[in-house]
Order: sequence, then structure tokens, then C-alpha cells
Amino acid sequence: MEFLERFAIPHPSPAIYASMVAIALVSIGILAGLTYFKKWGYLWREWLTTVDHKKIGIMYLVSALLMLFRGGADAIMMRAQLSAPDMKLLDAQHYNEIFTTHGVVMIIFMAMPFIFAFMNLIVPLQIGARDVAFPRLNALSFWLFFAGAMLFNISFVIGGSPDAGWTSYFPLAGNDFSESVGTNYYMLAIQISGIGSLMTGINMCTTILKMRAPGMTLMKMPMFTWSAFIANVIIVFAFPVLTVALLMGTTDRLFATNFFTTDNGGMDMLWANFFWIWGHPEVYILILPAFGLYSEIISTFSKRNLYGYSSMVWSMVLISLLSFLVWTHHFFTMGQGALTNSIFSITTMAIAVPTGVKIFNWLFTMWKGKIRFTVPMLYSVAFIPLFTIGGVTGVMLAMSAADYQYHNTMFLVAHFHNTIIPGVVFAMLAGLTFYWPKFFGFILNEKIGKVTFWLLTVGFVLAFFPMYITGLDGQARRMYTYSEATGFGALNMLSFAGAALMAIGFVTIVYNIYYSFKNSSRDIGSDPWDARSLEWATHTPVPEYNFARTPQISSSETFWDSKKNGHELFKGEIEEIHMPNNSGIPFVMGMIFFVAGFSFIFALWVPAVISLIGIFICMAMRSFEKDHGRHISVKEIIETEEKLGGAK
Amino acid sequence: MKELFPAKQVIGFVASLVLTAIALLVYFTDMTFTVGMTILLATAFIQAFLQIVVFMHAGESKDGKAIYTNILYAVVIALVTVFGTLLILLWDM
Repeated sequence: MEFLERFAIPHPSPAIYASMVAIALVSIGILAGLTYFKKWGYLWREWLTTVDHKKIGIMYLVSALLMLFRGGADAIMMRAQLSAPDMKLLDAQHYNEIFTTHGVVMIIFMAMPFIFAFMNLIVPLQIGARDVAFPRLNALSFWLFFAGAMLFNISFVIGGSPDAGWTSYFPLAGNDFSESVGTNYYMLAIQISGIGSLMTGINMCTTILKMRAPGMTLMKMPMFTWSAFIANVIIVFAFPVLTVALLMGTTDRLFATNFFTTDNGGMDMLWANFFWIWGHPEVYILILPAFGLYSEIISTFSKRNLYGYSSMVWSMVLISLLSFLVWTHHFFTMGQGALTNSIFSITTMAIAVPTGVKIFNWLFTMWKGKIRFTVPMLYSVAFIPLFTIGGVTGVMLAMSAADYQYHNTMFLVAHFHNTIIPGVVFAMLAGLTFYWPKFFGFILNEKIGKVTFWLLTVGFVLAFFPMYITGLDGQARRMYTYSEATGFGALNMLSFAGAALMAIGFVTIVYNIYYSFKNSSRDIGSDPWDARSLEWATHTPVPEYNFARTPQISSSETFWDSKKNGHELFKGEIEEIHMPNNSGIPFVMGMIFFVAGFSFIFALWVPAVISLIGIFICMAMRSFEKDHGRHISVKEIIETEEKLGGAK
Repeated sequence: MKELFPAKQVIGFVASLVLTAIALLVYFTDMTFTVGMTILLATAFIQAFLQIVVFMHAGESKDGKAIYTNILYAVVIALVTVFGTLLILLWDM
């Protein structure tokens, strides 16, 4: 019994007990369902062992949507607690846990897999490749992300959630002030999924540099591929900092080292410094692929090529460099001198320039275009003004002297949600709607989609714009309550109403998927939007080898050229195609990482050591394995092509 | 005969020996910590660059440009991170 006590929740509440029961019931339900419908073999063969970038992309997508609801539930609880003065819905500790997990889940386990989903689904198709450069590493990336996400999500029923904020600043995150295992969960879960992200970064950079179809020079890559490339370069350079910082934090908590302690030569501020050296590039890792999606969508639905292609590329390159030069603006008030703050103020404001270039390019793309207001286009059109407001308040925050007023207020909260929601979330939903037919064979209902769009947009404005005002009036972030005398009540109630509208909006997405699955036409061809780039040139659903014959590239809009200017996309005979074999090792390794992470969190050294050995055994097995892949015969390709609508 | 003699590699080999010898001086002679560290850091970075260029053949394949761009980018970011951190936490605190 004493052994089991460590797994108990230090701060229980009826809601948590209810979730425990719910989690147990859902798990049993899933296991029973899989057994009853005899789907274990299907699950293992088609999903758990797959190395196909499209299936991995779909798994990322499903995980991201699930995590969106998890993070959204946190958000609605927070807004409900703050909706009126002196609310008693949550206590201080519970509120701390919720804003911490909301931040981590939304950034690391929702936004990251969402962009990885699109990178996996789209990039190989856009460059005319058969898969990513290292398909098995790609599967491992996914399973590490999955292990990290699951580890993080069980924290609130086993041992307690982290409660030191998503930034987890030391000394608060140290053992003295955060006694529960919550912060261990934070360190280990993010570490495991972060290793996966780093692998994806290397994988995607290699894919984009090495596997482009003949004729596709760097400056003929579609814009989403460019944005994915830049984002992955940033991943490769930024994530190692996080890895090291988390490792130092873990050893501080588990092995009593003194990297971030306040005595014995430790330096607590170093954590904030490391965290933001990773953290600021991280926001560009999220926003750049979103920009890429908007570029594809805006040019498709304006029936025009993207305005200022090369300035789009160079502005992203510049953003990638500047993203590493601004991190101090997250802690202007930490105590460094005016010189440092001034330097970082200027670099921060400089980022507005390349971003502004991109905004104008999108506007000029739409200028005199034949705009079709489909759901993806609506998100993109709403993104431009809303994101610009977020950007402008960002420049306000960048002024270090003024930041002393804004720091740690709801003004900041309003600002970053104002960039992330219209910037990243809208882009992901736009991309989801845009690419849905390519991977699932039917279009999501436009009418319901528009209802969702308006619910989310109006909800967003109502939820976050009042925070600018309360923030300027001094409402601090991360405070679980406030008194009536502050006068924040009415605006916070408005915020809650907005958050509720957004929640309804997200539910309509699920309903839309269900409704469209039942009712949408399956006869949509391979190019339902009259799109421009290469991913639409193959069949729907996409065959596992993507393209029967390697496409010949003429420009960044090769597919459009082939439709309108008679460019011959596919030349020559169909030849045998070499594809990678499926493997169960990535999944097994992910599960072992999960066990290892769990063991470290609870300082259970025996299983920790055993699972670490297991990880090395998996790596050794891969090293000594002879796997030359398999070949799809010409006959099989021709059969598939005919079934999907004739060889093009 | 000139084409057959690996002049670049031989010069590289000799240079790396010389750099190692200079670094060893720090141990065998009596100098201040600052001077010693300066010599060690300088010789270490020149040595690393020499190895990458001469013996790891950076720049000899058709990826040469990409490799140098990558190295340059990494060096810039490393320097910014290190000196930025020093500025924030020590020099201007």
C-alpha cells in the first residue's frame, strides 16, 4: 500500500475522480470494441506498424484534434472560473494545474502534431516524392510524440498534474516549491515528444533537400514546402536547447544537481533564458507552416499565382534568423540592464518587417483575383486583419520600457492568443478543410463549415479582445480569482461567453465530420478545389506510392501549368516502385519510452534501467537488420491506377 | 607527379600537429588562466575547422555549399546564444 501511495493525487476533487472513471471506462470500451470487431490485426498491420507518411500524417491529425479538445476543456474551465468575481468553481491549486496543462497541451501536443500532420501529408506529395527520406524514423517520431502526449495526459489522474505554468520557471519548478511529481511529468513528457520533433526536423529537411522531383529547384518549390523547410531548419537548431534544458531540469529534480537552484552556484534565471531560446523560435516553427497553408489556400481560391514568391521565401529565411535573436523579450522585467533590453526590443520590432511583407503579398494575391469564399478561404481572409492586430500588439509588447506595464497581465495573454488562434489554429482548420478531400475522399460540408467559422471568429473576438482592456487595467494572468471591486467582472463574463461560442464551434467540427461522412458525395475527382500545386495531381485517395510515374516539374505551380498551359506532367513508362517495409519497432520503442518516462517520473529505478536497456536493444536490432524494402510490380501499379480512375 | 602528391592533406596533417603542440604549451608552460583559455579555444576551433574541411571533405561533394551554409548558420546561432546569454545574465545584469 505504501508503494501505491505515490501514485495518489495530492489534490483530489470529484471532477478528477469522475475523469478517472471515465478514462477507465473508455479504455475498456476501446479494448473490448477492438476485440469484438476483430480489429486488432487491422490496427497493427495498417496503423501501428505503418511507415507511410500519409497514414502517419492522419494519426498526427487525429491526435492533434483529440488534444485540441483536451486543451479546450482546460480553457473553458479557466474562463468559467474567471467569469465572475470570487467564483468557487476551481480552487487556486486546481487552477494552476489547468493553466499549466492548457499551455503545454495546446503548444506541444496540439499545435506541433497539427503542423507535423500537414508536413507529413503534404510535403512528399508537393515535391513529388514517394515518402519521406527516413520512413521508419518518421514512424518513430510519431510514436515518441504519442508516448509523450499520453504520459502528459495521465498526469492528472496518476500523481498530479504539473502546476508551475507552461514555462515552468525555476525556482518555482524546483523540488522546494513543486513537491509533487507534476513537474517531473512536464520534464519527461516534453522531453520524449521533443526528441520525436527533432527527428522529424532532420527527416523533413533531408526529404526536402534530397527528394524533390526532377526540375524542382529550390525556388520552384510550392510555398507550403518552403515554409515546412524553414520551420524544420528552426526545429533542428532550436530543439536541442530544449532537450538540454529539460535534461538539466530533470537532474535538478531527480538527482539533486544545482543547475537552476538559487544556491550552491545554481542560476534559476538560466532556465528562463534556455526556455525562451527554444521558446521563441518555437512560435515561428508553428506559425511558418501556417503561413504556408494560407499561401496555398489564398492563391487557389483567388485563382491567381502567389504574389511575390521570392519575397515570401526571403521573408521566411529572415524570420528564421530573427527568431533566434529576440528571446529576451519574454523576460524584459527579469533584471538585466537597459542596454540588453534595448537590443532585444529592436530585434523584436524588426520581425514585424518580414511579417508585414507576407501580409501585403497575400493581399496582393487576392487583388483583382476571382475570390471564392469557401471555408478555407474564409479562415484565411479572417486571419489577415486578426493576425495583424495580434502583430501590432506584439510590437507594443516589444517596447521594453512599456513592457513593464504589460508584463504578466491579460494584455499579454490576449496578444499571444491573438496571434496563435487566427495564425495557427485557423490555418490548421483551413488546411483541414482544404486537404480533407485529398485524404478522405469527400468534402466537408460547406454550410456547417461556415457556421463553425463564424462561431469561432466571433467567439475568438469576444473571448480575447476584452482581455486587452482588463490587462491594461491591471488584471494579472494566472490569477485564479479577483474581487468585485476590481471591476473586471463584466468583461470577463464577456470572455467566457466568447469561449463558450468557440467551444460550440469546435463541437460543430466533429458534427461536420460525422455529417459529411454520412452525406457528402464521394464523386469529387482528384482536384475538387481547382488547385494549383502538385499534391492535387495524383489520385484521390492517394495510392501508397503517391505517383505512378515521377512528375516533371516546370514551376512552383506545375499542376496548374499542366492543366492550363499543356505542360506534360507525367512522361515515360510506368516502372517498378521501391517502397519501405512496415515495422513494429517504432511503436514498440515508443511504448518503451513511455514506460521509461513513467519510471523516471516516479523515480522507480529498476523499471527505468530495464526500459532504457530495451531502447538500446531496439536500436541495435535496427542496426543489424537487413531490410531492403519491397518492390511494387508494374502490373500491380497499373491495376491500382485503373481502379483509381485510369493512368493519367 | 604534382597531381599525385596529396599536398592539401599533408599540410593539413602537419598543421593539426602544430595546433596540438601549441595547445600542449598551455599545460607545460606557466601562463595565466585567461591566456591559456584563449589559446585553447582558438586552437580548438581552428583544429575543428581544419578537420571538417581537409579530412571530412566538406565542400568536395556537390552538397558543399549546403554544408558550409549549414555550418555558418549553426555557428552564428551558437555565438548569438552564448554571447546573448552572457550579456543577459552576467555582463548587463
